[in-house]
Amino acid sequence: MTVMIHHEDFDPWDALRAAEQGIPVEARGAASVFVGRMRDFNEDDTVTGLFLEHYPGMTEQELERIVEAAQQRWPLLGVHVAHRVGEVRPGDALVLVATWSAHRAAARDACSDILERLKHEAPFWKRERLADGSSRWVERNTPG
Amino acid sequence: MTVKVLYFARLREELGRDGEQAELPAEGCTVAGLWENLHGEPPPQRLMTAVNQSQAGPDTPVRDGDEVAFFPPVTGG
Repeated sequence: MTVMIHHEDFDPWDALRAAEQGIPVEARGAASVFVGRMRDFNEDDTVTGLFLEHYPGMTEQELERIVEAAQQRWPLLGVHVAHRVGEVRPGDALVLVATWSAHRAAARDACSDILERLKHEAPFWKRERLADGSSRWVERNTPG
Repeated sequence: MTVKVLYFARLREELGRDGEQAELPAEGCTVAGLWENLHGEPPPQRLMTAVNQSQAGPDTPVRDGDEVAFFPPVTGG
């Protein structure tokens, strides 16, 4: 199980390949992956950039707690969670959640659960910059 | 007792500071009591809190040396 905070742009597919190395290939019948990237629009406005703030220390602990809860609930062979912080541009990867299990239901359900809990519980905050030069804090997550 | 207080995101900007040291008269304080002591009113409704980097509620006790964080609802992912 690994939890990573990236301060610079990262390639989620490279991270995925690296994370997979430690899991025996013969056992991992199923992998489920979610990659979230920054959009260039939100609530009908063009967004030119994003500042992602976190709470160093607590953010990592919360992500670990969320992953551990998923490991208790589903038979997982591996979990990798990565999240970007700092100045982000449209198209940059924001979040990666990957789960490996022997079977598809555990991998898929755990991936979805970790992502949703991350969005509602882990201390990250987004401040978006708009095309007219103004900026605003994002007040809530999109419904899905 | 002394408590380290942290503010994040919009709350940090609105208050104009990322934290402060709070000197409280005695033991037996709660998270909500700490906010009221510092800001003179009950904590805002949607405020989230953590004590020593674990999620906490308004009634969570605060002790000498604790790190207490206040922040708006989270928006990661």
